[in-house]
Amino acid sequence: MLHTVLFYSFALVMLGAAAGVVFSRNPVHSVMFLVLTFFQSAVLWLMAEAEFLAIVLVLVYVGAVMVLFLFVVMMLEVNIEAAKRGLTRFAPLGIGIALLMAYELMQLIWLRSEGVGITGGFAATAEGYSNTKALGAVLYTEHVYAFEIAAVILLLAIVAAITLTMRKRPGIKVQDINKQVAVRAKDRVRIVKMDAEKKQ
Amino acid sequence: MSALIPQFVVNIFNAMLAYFYTLPDWFQYLTITTWKILFVTIGVILIVAFSTYFERKVIGRMQSRVGPNRVGPFGLGQPFADVIKLVIKEVVVPSQSSRFLFVIAPLLSLIPALATWAVIPLNDWYVIADINAGLLYVLALTSVGVYGVILAGWATNSKYALLGAMRSAAQIVAYEIAMGFALVGVLMAGGSLNLGDLVLAQAGGVSQWFLIPLFPLFVVYWISGVAETNRAPFDVAEGESEIVAGFHVEYSGVAFALFFLAEYANMVLISTLTAIFFLGGWASPFEGLSFLAPLADVPVIGLLVTGGLHWLFAKMCIFMYTFFWFRATFPRYRYDQIMRLGWKIFIPVTIIWIAVEGAMAWFQIGPWSGLSA
Repeated sequence: MLHTVLFYSFALVMLGAAAGVVFSRNPVHSVMFLVLTFFQSAVLWLMAEAEFLAIVLVLVYVGAVMVLFLFVVMMLEVNIEAAKRGLTRFAPLGIGIALLMAYELMQLIWLRSEGVGITGGFAATAEGYSNTKALGAVLYTEHVYAFEIAAVILLLAIVAAITLTMRKRPGIKVQDINKQVAVRAKDRVRIVKMDAEKKQ
Repeated sequence: MSALIPQFVVNIFNAMLAYFYTLPDWFQYLTITTWKILFVTIGVILIVAFSTYFERKVIGRMQSRVGPNRVGPFGLGQPFADVIKLVIKEVVVPSQSSRFLFVIAPLLSLIPALATWAVIPLNDWYVIADINAGLLYVLALTSVGVYGVILAGWATNSKYALLGAMRSAAQIVAYEIAMGFALVGVLMAGGSLNLGDLVLAQAGGVSQWFLIPLFPLFVVYWISGVAETNRAPFDVAEGESEIVAGFHVEYSGVAFALFFLAEYANMVLISTLTAIFFLGGWASPFEGLSFLAPLADVPVIGLLVTGGLHWLFAKMCIFMYTFFWFRATFPRYRYDQIMRLGWKIFIPVTIIWIAVEGAMAWFQIGPWSGLSA
Protein backbone atom coordinates (compact mmCIF):
# COMPACT_ATOMS: atom_id res chain seq x y z
CA MET A 1 0.00 0.00 0.00
CA LEU A 2 2.57 2.54 1.17
CA HIS A 3 4.88 1.23 -1.54
CA THR A 4 2.29 1.84 -4.25
CA VAL A 5 1.48 5.35 -3.05
CA LEU A 6 5.18 6.23 -2.96
CA PHE A 7 5.76 4.71 -6.38
CA TYR A 8 3.00 6.71 -8.03
CA SER A 9 3.92 9.97 -6.33
CA PHE A 10 7.57 9.66 -7.38
CA ALA A 11 6.53 8.61 -10.87
CA LEU A 12 4.19 11.63 -11.14
CA VAL A 13 6.95 14.04 -10.10
CA MET A 14 9.22 12.36 -12.63
CA LEU A 15 6.73 12.75 -15.47
CA GLY A 16 6.11 16.37 -14.49
CA ALA A 17 9.83 17.06 -14.48
CA ALA A 18 10.25 15.34 -17.85
CA ALA A 19 7.53 17.57 -19.27
CA GLY A 20 9.29 20.54 -17.69
CA VAL A 21 12.48 19.70 -19.60
CA VAL A 22 10.61 20.12 -22.88
CA PHE A 23 8.31 23.00 -22.04
CA SER A 24 10.34 25.38 -19.90
CA ARG A 25 11.57 28.41 -21.83
CA ASN A 26 14.84 28.83 -20.06
CA PRO A 27 17.51 26.25 -20.98
CA VAL A 28 19.01 26.32 -17.46
CA HIS A 29 15.57 25.50 -16.01
CA SER A 30 15.33 22.65 -18.53
CA VAL A 31 18.63 21.24 -17.32
CA MET A 32 17.47 21.45 -13.71
CA PHE A 33 14.26 19.64 -14.62
CA LEU A 34 16.37 16.94 -16.27
CA VAL A 35 18.36 16.62 -13.04
CA LEU A 36 15.10 16.19 -11.13
CA THR A 37 13.99 13.55 -13.64
CA PHE A 38 17.21 11.58 -13.13
CA PHE A 39 16.81 11.87 -9.39
CA GLN A 40 13.26 10.56 -9.48
CA SER A 41 14.18 7.63 -11.71
CA ALA A 42 17.00 6.84 -9.27
CA VAL A 43 14.43 6.78 -6.48
CA LEU A 44 12.22 4.45 -8.51
CA TRP A 45 15.16 2.10 -9.07
CA LEU A 46 15.87 2.24 -5.38
CA MET A 47 12.30 1.14 -4.74
CA ALA A 48 12.89 -1.77 -7.09
CA GLU A 49 15.88 -2.70 -4.88
CA ALA A 50 18.38 -1.87 -7.61
CA GLU A 51 20.41 0.22 -5.19
CA PHE A 52 23.68 0.05 -7.08
CA LEU A 53 22.16 1.28 -10.35
CA ALA A 54 20.20 3.99 -8.55
CA ILE A 55 23.22 5.39 -6.76
CA VAL A 56 25.41 5.16 -9.84
CA LEU A 57 22.76 7.05 -11.82
CA VAL A 58 22.95 9.88 -9.30
CA LEU A 59 26.74 9.71 -9.10
CA VAL A 60 27.41 9.69 -12.84
CA TYR A 61 24.52 11.57 -14.42
CA VAL A 62 23.47 14.00 -11.72
CA GLY A 63 26.89 14.48 -10.16
CA ALA A 64 29.08 14.69 -13.23
CA VAL A 65 27.37 14.70 -16.64
CA MET A 66 24.66 17.21 -15.79
CA VAL A 67 27.13 19.53 -14.03
CA LEU A 68 29.10 19.77 -17.26
CA PHE A 69 25.85 20.16 -19.20
CA LEU A 70 24.83 23.03 -16.95
CA PHE A 71 28.28 24.50 -17.44
CA VAL A 72 27.88 24.48 -21.22
CA VAL A 73 24.28 25.74 -21.21
CA MET A 74 25.17 28.66 -18.94
CA MET A 75 27.99 29.65 -21.26
CA LEU A 76 25.95 29.43 -24.48
CA GLU A 77 23.92 32.30 -25.79
CA VAL A 78 20.65 30.55 -26.56
CA ASN A 79 18.24 32.26 -28.91
CA ILE A 80 14.87 31.45 -27.37
CA GLU A 81 12.87 32.70 -30.38
CA ALA A 82 14.69 30.35 -32.74
CA ALA A 83 14.29 27.48 -30.28
CA LYS A 84 10.55 28.08 -30.09
CA ARG A 85 10.18 27.98 -33.88
CA GLY A 86 12.10 24.70 -33.81
CA LEU A 87 9.59 23.16 -31.41
CA THR A 88 6.75 23.13 -33.94
CA ARG A 89 9.03 22.20 -36.82
CA PHE A 90 10.56 19.18 -35.10
CA ALA A 91 7.44 18.15 -33.19
CA PRO A 92 6.29 15.49 -35.72
CA LEU A 93 9.74 13.87 -35.71
CA GLY A 94 9.89 13.96 -31.91
CA ILE A 95 6.44 12.45 -31.54
CA GLY A 96 7.34 9.76 -34.06
CA ILE A 97 10.48 8.77 -32.13
CA ALA A 98 8.56 8.85 -28.83
CA LEU A 99 5.88 6.53 -30.24
CA LEU A 100 8.52 4.17 -31.61
CA MET A 101 10.24 4.01 -28.23
CA ALA A 102 6.97 3.45 -26.43
CA TYR A 103 6.19 0.62 -28.85
CA GLU A 104 9.61 -0.96 -28.27
CA LEU A 105 9.22 -0.70 -24.51
CA MET A 106 5.81 -2.30 -24.59
CA GLN A 107 7.12 -5.09 -26.81
CA LEU A 108 9.99 -5.68 -24.42
CA ILE A 109 7.79 -5.74 -21.35
CA TRP A 110 5.30 -8.01 -23.09
CA LEU A 111 8.08 -10.37 -24.23
CA ARG A 112 9.70 -10.51 -20.81
CA SER A 113 6.43 -10.90 -18.98
CA GLU A 114 5.45 -14.10 -20.73
CA GLY A 115 5.03 -16.62 -17.99
CA VAL A 116 5.89 -14.09 -15.28
CA GLY A 117 3.28 -12.34 -13.20
CA ILE A 118 4.00 -8.63 -13.50
CA THR A 119 1.75 -7.61 -10.65
CA GLY A 120 3.43 -10.08 -8.32
CA GLY A 121 6.23 -7.66 -7.42
CA PHE A 122 9.81 -8.68 -6.89
CA ALA A 123 10.94 -11.79 -5.16
CA ALA A 124 12.32 -10.78 -1.79
CA THR A 125 16.11 -10.99 -1.74
CA ALA A 126 17.89 -12.96 0.90
CA GLU A 127 19.29 -11.28 4.00
CA GLY A 128 22.76 -9.91 3.36
CA TYR A 129 22.33 -9.98 -0.42
CA SER A 130 24.23 -7.13 -2.03
CA ASN A 131 23.43 -6.42 -5.66
CA THR A 132 26.66 -4.42 -5.93
CA LYS A 133 28.57 -7.64 -5.31
CA ALA A 134 26.29 -9.65 -7.59
CA LEU A 135 26.73 -7.14 -10.40
CA GLY A 136 30.50 -7.11 -9.96
CA ALA A 137 30.65 -10.88 -10.00
CA VAL A 138 28.83 -11.02 -13.35
CA LEU A 139 30.52 -8.00 -14.90
CA TYR A 140 34.08 -9.22 -14.37
CA THR A 141 33.52 -12.84 -15.30
CA GLU A 142 30.73 -13.50 -17.76
CA HIS A 143 30.63 -10.12 -19.48
CA VAL A 144 34.28 -9.23 -19.17
CA TYR A 145 34.78 -8.82 -22.94
CA ALA A 146 31.88 -6.45 -23.39
CA PHE A 147 33.10 -4.56 -20.33
CA GLU A 148 36.64 -4.24 -21.66
CA ILE A 149 35.40 -3.21 -25.11
CA ALA A 150 33.26 -0.50 -23.56
CA ALA A 151 36.29 0.71 -21.61
CA VAL A 152 38.42 0.86 -24.77
CA ILE A 153 35.69 2.78 -26.63
CA LEU A 154 35.51 5.30 -23.80
CA LEU A 155 39.28 5.69 -23.80
CA LEU A 156 39.16 6.26 -27.54
CA ALA A 157 36.51 8.93 -27.05
CA ILE A 158 38.67 10.71 -24.48
CA VAL A 159 41.70 10.67 -26.75
CA ALA A 160 39.62 11.86 -29.70
CA ALA A 161 38.03 14.69 -27.72
CA ILE A 162 41.41 15.89 -26.48
CA THR A 163 42.92 15.68 -29.95
CA LEU A 164 40.04 17.69 -31.44
CA THR A 165 40.37 20.51 -28.94
CA MET A 166 44.14 20.66 -28.72
CA ARG A 167 45.63 23.53 -30.65
CA LYS A 168 49.31 24.19 -30.86
CA ARG A 169 50.13 27.82 -31.41
CA PRO A 170 53.79 28.66 -31.86
CA GLY A 171 55.31 31.50 -29.94
CA ILE A 172 52.80 31.47 -27.12
CA LYS A 173 54.05 32.19 -23.62
CA VAL A 174 53.44 29.32 -21.23
CA GLN A 175 54.37 29.12 -17.57
CA ASP A 176 56.25 26.03 -16.50
CA ILE A 177 54.50 25.32 -13.21
CA ASN A 178 57.09 22.73 -12.17
CA LYS A 179 59.73 25.41 -12.35
CA GLN A 180 57.54 27.83 -10.43
CA VAL A 181 56.84 25.33 -7.68
CA ALA A 182 60.48 24.31 -7.40
CA VAL A 183 61.61 27.89 -6.86
CA ARG A 184 63.22 28.67 -3.51
CA ALA A 185 63.61 31.96 -1.72
CA LYS A 186 67.33 32.17 -2.41
CA ASP A 187 66.70 32.08 -6.18
CA ARG A 188 64.66 35.23 -6.02
CA VAL A 189 65.85 37.21 -3.03
CA ARG A 190 69.42 38.08 -2.22
CA ILE A 191 70.05 39.03 1.37
CA VAL A 192 72.86 41.51 1.66
CA LYS A 193 74.76 41.89 4.90
CA MET A 194 75.84 45.42 5.55
CA ASP A 195 76.90 47.56 8.43
CA ALA A 196 74.47 49.96 9.99
CA GLU A 197 74.71 53.40 8.45
CA LYS A 198 76.03 56.32 10.43
CA LYS A 199 73.58 58.87 11.75
CA GLN A 200 73.40 61.85 9.46
CA MET B 1 19.88 6.74 39.29
CA SER B 2 16.35 5.47 39.81
CA ALA B 3 16.21 7.15 43.23
CA LEU B 4 16.60 10.53 41.61
CA ILE B 5 13.51 10.17 39.43
CA PRO B 6 10.08 10.13 41.19
CA GLN B 7 8.20 6.85 40.91
CA PHE B 8 5.21 8.32 39.04
CA VAL B 9 7.48 9.65 36.28
CA VAL B 10 8.92 6.16 35.82
CA ASN B 11 5.39 4.72 35.75
CA ILE B 12 4.21 7.20 33.12
CA PHE B 13 7.31 6.55 31.04
CA ASN B 14 6.82 2.78 31.22
CA ALA B 15 3.14 3.11 30.31
CA MET B 16 4.04 5.28 27.31
CA LEU B 17 6.68 2.77 26.24
CA ALA B 18 4.19 -0.11 26.55
CA TYR B 19 1.67 1.82 24.46
CA PHE B 20 4.34 2.63 21.89
CA TYR B 21 5.05 -1.09 21.35
CA THR B 22 1.38 -1.74 20.60
CA LEU B 23 1.45 0.70 17.67
CA PRO B 24 1.90 -0.59 14.09
CA ASP B 25 5.44 -1.56 13.07
CA TRP B 26 5.79 1.05 10.37
CA PHE B 27 4.76 3.76 12.81
CA GLN B 28 7.35 2.64 15.36
CA TYR B 29 10.00 2.52 12.68
CA LEU B 30 9.06 5.97 11.38
CA THR B 31 9.09 7.51 14.86
CA ILE B 32 12.43 6.03 15.82
CA THR B 33 14.05 7.00 12.53
CA THR B 34 12.68 10.54 12.76
CA TRP B 35 14.19 10.93 16.23
CA LYS B 36 17.49 9.52 15.01
CA ILE B 37 17.54 12.01 12.13
CA LEU B 38 16.63 14.85 14.48
CA PHE B 39 19.44 14.03 16.90
CA VAL B 40 22.05 13.82 14.15
CA THR B 41 20.87 17.03 12.47
CA ILE B 42 20.80 19.03 15.69
CA GLY B 43 24.19 17.61 16.63
CA VAL B 44 25.69 18.63 13.30
CA ILE B 45 24.19 22.12 13.50
CA LEU B 46 25.52 22.61 17.03
CA ILE B 47 28.97 21.43 15.96
CA VAL B 48 28.79 23.86 13.04
CA ALA B 49 27.80 26.72 15.36
CA PHE B 50 30.67 26.12 17.73
CA SER B 51 33.20 25.42 15.01
CA THR B 52 32.66 28.96 13.69
CA TYR B 53 33.56 30.17 17.18
CA PHE B 54 36.46 27.73 17.41
CA GLU B 55 37.76 28.83 14.01
CA ARG B 56 37.86 32.48 14.98
CA LYS B 57 39.54 31.66 18.27
CA VAL B 58 42.15 29.40 16.66
CA ILE B 59 42.97 31.81 13.84
CA GLY B 60 42.97 34.67 16.35
CA ARG B 61 45.54 32.90 18.50
CA MET B 62 47.67 32.06 15.47
CA GLN B 63 47.70 35.74 14.54
CA SER B 64 48.34 36.91 18.14
CA ARG B 65 44.81 38.17 18.67
CA VAL B 66 42.21 37.04 21.22
CA GLY B 67 39.29 36.29 18.91
CA PRO B 68 35.66 36.76 19.95
CA ASN B 69 35.34 37.30 23.72
CA ARG B 70 32.42 39.70 24.21
CA VAL B 71 29.22 37.62 24.09
CA GLY B 72 28.87 35.36 27.12
CA PRO B 73 31.73 33.68 28.99
CA PHE B 74 34.84 33.41 26.74
CA GLY B 75 32.67 34.68 23.88
CA LEU B 76 30.84 31.35 23.71
CA GLY B 77 27.57 33.11 22.84
CA GLN B 78 29.11 34.52 19.66
CA PRO B 79 27.66 31.90 17.25
CA PHE B 80 24.15 32.54 18.56
CA ALA B 81 24.59 36.29 18.29
CA ASP B 82 25.71 35.81 14.68
CA VAL B 83 22.72 33.61 13.87
CA ILE B 84 20.26 36.09 15.37
CA LYS B 85 21.88 38.91 13.43
CA LEU B 86 21.64 37.00 10.14
CA VAL B 87 18.07 35.84 10.74
CA ILE B 88 16.66 39.30 11.40
CA LYS B 89 18.37 40.78 8.35
CA GLU B 90 16.48 41.25 5.11
CA VAL B 91 17.00 38.77 2.26
CA VAL B 92 17.69 40.95 -0.74
CA VAL B 93 16.84 39.34 -4.09
CA PRO B 94 18.45 41.12 -7.05
CA SER B 95 15.78 42.35 -9.48
CA GLN B 96 17.40 40.78 -12.56
CA SER B 97 17.94 37.43 -10.89
CA SER B 98 16.15 34.15 -11.50
CA ARG B 99 14.13 34.35 -8.31
CA PHE B 100 13.17 30.73 -7.71
CA LEU B 101 16.63 29.32 -8.36
CA PHE B 102 18.18 32.14 -6.34
CA VAL B 103 16.17 31.13 -3.29
CA ILE B 104 16.49 27.37 -3.73
CA ALA B 105 20.27 27.34 -4.33
CA PRO B 106 21.33 27.59 -0.65
CA LEU B 107 18.97 24.72 0.17
CA LEU B 108 20.48 22.60 -2.60
CA SER B 109 23.92 23.03 -1.11
CA LEU B 110 22.79 22.32 2.46
CA ILE B 111 20.59 19.26 1.90
CA PRO B 112 23.28 16.90 0.51
CA ALA B 113 25.63 17.93 3.33
CA LEU B 114 23.05 16.82 5.89
CA ALA B 115 21.62 13.85 3.96
CA THR B 116 24.99 12.14 3.79
CA TRP B 117 24.84 11.60 7.56
CA ALA B 118 22.22 8.91 6.93
CA VAL B 119 24.86 6.26 6.29
CA ILE B 120 27.55 7.39 8.73
CA PRO B 121 27.97 5.06 11.71
CA LEU B 122 28.36 7.15 14.88
CA ASN B 123 29.10 4.09 17.01
CA ASP B 124 28.52 0.36 16.72
CA TRP B 125 24.72 0.69 16.59
CA TYR B 126 23.77 4.30 15.84
CA VAL B 127 23.41 4.58 12.08
CA ILE B 128 20.22 5.89 10.48
CA ALA B 129 20.35 3.70 7.36
CA ASP B 130 22.75 0.78 7.39
CA ILE B 131 22.87 0.23 3.62
CA ASN B 132 25.29 -1.96 1.70
CA ALA B 133 26.32 0.64 -0.85
CA GLY B 134 26.99 3.31 1.80
CA LEU B 135 30.27 4.46 0.30
CA LEU B 136 28.68 4.96 -3.11
CA TYR B 137 25.86 6.89 -1.47
CA VAL B 138 28.41 9.21 0.15
CA LEU B 139 30.15 9.77 -3.20
CA ALA B 140 26.86 10.40 -4.99
CA LEU B 141 25.60 12.93 -2.48
CA THR B 142 28.85 14.85 -2.15
CA SER B 143 28.85 15.19 -5.93
CA VAL B 144 25.32 16.63 -5.88
CA GLY B 145 26.36 19.44 -3.51
CA VAL B 146 27.96 21.39 -6.35
CA TYR B 147 24.55 22.36 -7.78
CA GLY B 148 23.90 24.85 -5.00
CA VAL B 149 27.05 26.77 -5.85
CA ILE B 150 26.56 26.69 -9.64
CA LEU B 151 22.90 27.71 -9.46
CA ALA B 152 23.64 30.49 -6.98
CA GLY B 153 26.25 31.83 -9.35
CA TRP B 154 23.98 31.70 -12.36
CA ALA B 155 20.73 32.83 -10.72
CA THR B 156 22.36 35.93 -9.21
CA ASN B 157 22.96 37.33 -12.71
CA SER B 158 26.25 38.89 -11.72
CA LYS B 159 29.63 38.38 -13.39
CA TYR B 160 31.45 37.90 -10.10
CA ALA B 161 29.02 35.25 -8.97
CA LEU B 162 29.13 33.42 -12.31
CA LEU B 163 32.93 33.41 -12.28
CA GLY B 164 32.92 32.01 -8.77
CA ALA B 165 30.44 29.32 -9.74
CA MET B 166 32.45 28.30 -12.79
CA ARG B 167 35.66 28.03 -10.80
CA SER B 168 33.93 26.02 -8.13
CA ALA B 169 32.30 23.63 -10.60
CA ALA B 170 35.54 22.90 -12.45
CA GLN B 171 37.39 22.44 -9.18
CA ILE B 172 34.84 20.11 -7.63
CA VAL B 173 34.56 17.96 -10.76
CA ALA B 174 38.37 17.67 -10.87
CA TYR B 175 38.86 16.71 -7.23
CA GLU B 176 35.88 14.39 -7.09
CA ILE B 177 37.69 11.95 -9.35
CA ALA B 178 40.76 11.84 -7.11
CA MET B 179 38.50 11.44 -4.09
CA GLY B 180 36.62 8.57 -5.72
CA PHE B 181 39.85 6.79 -6.63
CA ALA B 182 41.18 7.22 -3.10
CA LEU B 183 38.00 5.58 -1.81
CA VAL B 184 38.49 2.70 -4.26
CA GLY B 185 41.66 1.95 -2.33
CA VAL B 186 39.75 2.08 0.96
CA LEU B 187 37.07 -0.32 -0.20
CA MET B 188 39.71 -2.68 -1.57
CA ALA B 189 41.37 -2.74 1.84
CA GLY B 190 38.11 -3.04 3.77
CA GLY B 191 36.42 -5.42 1.38
CA SER B 192 33.05 -3.68 1.74
CA LEU B 193 31.05 -0.64 0.67
CA ASN B 194 29.29 -0.46 4.03
CA LEU B 195 30.78 2.24 6.27
CA GLY B 196 30.13 0.20 9.42
CA ASP B 197 32.04 -2.75 7.97
CA LEU B 198 34.89 -0.43 7.00
CA VAL B 199 35.17 0.68 10.63
CA LEU B 200 35.06 -2.91 11.84
CA ALA B 201 37.81 -3.81 9.36
CA GLN B 202 40.03 -1.26 11.15
CA ALA B 203 39.27 -2.55 14.64
CA GLY B 204 42.18 -3.50 16.88
CA GLY B 205 44.09 -0.32 17.53
CA VAL B 206 46.21 2.17 15.61
CA SER B 207 48.23 -0.50 13.81
CA GLN B 208 45.11 -1.67 11.98
CA TRP B 209 44.04 1.75 10.70
CA PHE B 210 44.05 2.24 6.94
CA LEU B 211 46.07 5.39 7.54
CA ILE B 212 49.28 3.34 7.57
CA PRO B 213 49.01 1.10 4.49
CA LEU B 214 47.04 3.69 2.51
CA PHE B 215 49.00 6.79 3.52
CA PRO B 216 49.23 8.30 -0.02
CA LEU B 217 45.48 7.80 -0.49
CA PHE B 218 44.84 9.43 2.89
CA VAL B 219 46.82 12.51 1.86
CA VAL B 220 45.04 12.69 -1.49
CA TYR B 221 41.61 12.21 0.10
CA TRP B 222 42.15 14.80 2.77
CA ILE B 223 43.52 17.49 0.44
CA SER B 224 40.76 16.75 -2.11
CA GLY B 225 38.28 17.05 0.73
CA VAL B 226 39.59 20.51 1.56
CA ALA B 227 39.28 21.41 -2.13
CA GLU B 228 35.73 19.99 -2.31
CA THR B 229 34.57 22.18 0.54
CA ASN B 230 36.01 25.29 -1.16
CA ARG B 231 38.08 26.08 1.91
CA ALA B 232 41.40 27.90 2.04
CA PRO B 233 43.85 27.41 0.35
CA PHE B 234 41.44 26.23 -2.37
CA ASP B 235 38.83 28.97 -1.87
CA VAL B 236 39.05 30.47 -5.35
CA ALA B 237 35.25 30.17 -5.63
CA GLU B 238 35.01 32.96 -3.09
CA GLY B 239 38.34 34.61 -3.74
CA GLU B 240 37.75 37.91 -1.94
CA SER B 241 40.75 39.59 -3.52
CA GLU B 242 39.60 38.86 -7.07
CA ILE B 243 35.84 38.35 -7.27
CA VAL B 244 34.49 39.98 -4.09
CA ALA B 245 32.72 36.95 -2.59
CA GLY B 246 32.22 34.70 -5.59
CA PHE B 247 28.99 32.76 -5.85
CA HIS B 248 27.34 34.26 -2.75
CA VAL B 249 28.15 37.87 -3.52
CA GLU B 250 24.48 38.96 -3.62
CA TYR B 251 23.25 36.76 -0.77
CA SER B 252 22.21 38.26 2.53
CA GLY B 253 20.38 37.34 5.70
CA VAL B 254 19.12 33.79 6.10
CA ALA B 255 20.05 32.79 2.54
CA PHE B 256 23.68 33.65 3.26
CA ALA B 257 23.46 31.89 6.62
CA LEU B 258 22.38 28.71 4.81
CA PHE B 259 25.44 28.84 2.54
CA PHE B 260 27.59 29.37 5.59
CA LEU B 261 25.92 26.45 7.35
CA ALA B 262 26.38 24.26 4.26
CA GLU B 263 30.08 25.08 4.02
CA TYR B 264 30.72 24.20 7.65
CA ALA B 265 28.44 21.15 7.56
CA ASN B 266 30.52 19.95 4.61
CA MET B 267 33.70 20.50 6.59
CA VAL B 268 32.34 18.48 9.50
CA LEU B 269 31.25 15.80 7.05
CA ILE B 270 34.60 15.55 5.29
CA SER B 271 36.39 15.45 8.67
CA THR B 272 34.14 12.66 9.88
CA LEU B 273 34.46 10.70 6.64
CA THR B 274 38.25 10.96 6.72
CA ALA B 275 38.17 9.71 10.30
CA ILE B 276 35.97 6.78 9.28
CA PHE B 277 37.92 5.81 6.17
CA PHE B 278 41.45 6.18 7.49
CA LEU B 279 41.43 6.59 11.27
CA GLY B 280 39.11 3.78 12.33
CA GLY B 281 35.96 5.85 12.87
CA TRP B 282 34.48 5.24 16.30
CA ALA B 283 37.02 2.52 17.16
CA SER B 284 39.40 3.26 20.01
CA PRO B 285 43.10 3.57 19.15
CA PHE B 286 44.01 1.53 22.28
CA GLU B 287 41.87 -1.47 21.39
CA GLY B 288 44.56 -4.00 20.61
CA LEU B 289 46.50 -3.52 23.86
CA SER B 290 45.72 -6.43 26.19
CA PHE B 291 47.13 -4.81 29.35
CA LEU B 292 44.55 -2.02 29.02
CA ALA B 293 41.62 -4.40 28.63
CA PRO B 294 40.77 -4.59 32.40
CA LEU B 295 40.29 -0.80 32.39
CA ALA B 296 37.22 -1.08 30.15
CA ASP B 297 34.84 -1.20 33.12
CA VAL B 298 36.36 1.75 35.02
CA PRO B 299 33.94 4.71 34.70
CA VAL B 300 35.76 7.53 32.90
CA ILE B 301 39.06 5.92 31.92
CA GLY B 302 37.16 3.01 30.39
CA LEU B 303 35.96 5.32 27.64
CA LEU B 304 39.54 5.54 26.41
CA VAL B 305 39.69 1.82 25.80
CA THR B 306 36.20 1.21 24.44
CA GLY B 307 35.14 2.61 21.11
CA GLY B 308 32.22 4.97 20.68
CA LEU B 309 30.93 8.33 19.56
CA HIS B 310 33.52 10.18 21.66
CA TRP B 311 36.38 8.76 19.59
CA LEU B 312 34.70 9.69 16.32
CA PHE B 313 34.13 13.18 17.73
CA ALA B 314 37.75 13.52 18.84
CA LYS B 315 39.07 12.41 15.46
CA MET B 316 36.69 14.78 13.70
CA CYS B 317 37.94 17.65 15.89
CA ILE B 318 41.52 16.97 14.83
CA PHE B 319 40.58 17.40 11.18
CA MET B 320 38.41 20.45 11.88
CA TYR B 321 41.41 22.00 13.58
CA THR B 322 43.59 21.32 10.54
CA PHE B 323 41.00 23.08 8.36
CA PHE B 324 41.47 26.23 10.48
CA TRP B 325 45.21 25.72 10.64
CA PHE B 326 45.39 25.59 6.82
CA ARG B 327 43.40 28.77 6.60
CA ALA B 328 45.76 30.63 8.87
CA THR B 329 48.86 29.21 7.21
CA PHE B 330 48.62 28.95 3.44
CA PRO B 331 48.09 31.64 0.82
CA ARG B 332 45.42 30.94 -1.79
CA TYR B 333 46.37 28.61 -4.64
CA ARG B 334 46.53 30.01 -8.12
CA TYR B 335 43.74 28.60 -10.28
CA ASP B 336 45.89 26.82 -12.88
CA GLN B 337 47.90 25.24 -10.07
CA ILE B 338 44.73 23.89 -8.48
CA MET B 339 43.82 22.21 -11.76
CA ARG B 340 47.32 20.84 -12.17
CA LEU B 341 47.35 19.43 -8.65
CA GLY B 342 44.01 17.72 -9.15
CA TRP B 343 44.45 16.26 -12.60
CA LYS B 344 48.18 15.76 -13.01
CA ILE B 345 49.29 14.81 -9.50
CA PHE B 346 46.47 13.39 -7.40
CA ILE B 347 44.84 11.18 -10.03
CA PRO B 348 48.13 9.50 -11.07
CA VAL B 349 49.10 9.04 -7.39
CA THR B 350 45.82 7.32 -6.58
CA ILE B 351 45.93 5.11 -9.68
CA ILE B 352 49.49 4.02 -8.91
CA TRP B 353 48.65 3.29 -5.29
CA ILE B 354 45.60 1.25 -6.26
CA ALA B 355 47.86 -0.82 -8.52
CA VAL B 356 50.40 -1.21 -5.69
CA GLU B 357 47.61 -2.26 -3.34
CA GLY B 358 46.31 -4.76 -5.87
CA ALA B 359 49.78 -6.26 -6.27
CA MET B 360 50.24 -6.47 -2.50
CA ALA B 361 46.87 -8.15 -2.08
CA TRP B 362 47.76 -10.58 -4.86
CA PHE B 363 51.05 -11.54 -3.22
CA GLN B 364 49.40 -11.66 0.22
CA ILE B 365 51.52 -8.87 1.68
CA GLY B 366 50.19 -6.42 4.23
CA PRO B 367 47.11 -6.11 6.41
CA TRP B 368 44.62 -7.06 3.69
CA SER B 369 46.33 -10.37 2.99
CA GLY B 370 43.45 -12.10 4.79
CA LEU B 371 40.95 -10.87 2.22
CA SER B 372 41.15 -12.96 -0.88
CA ALA B 373 38.46 -12.85 -3.55
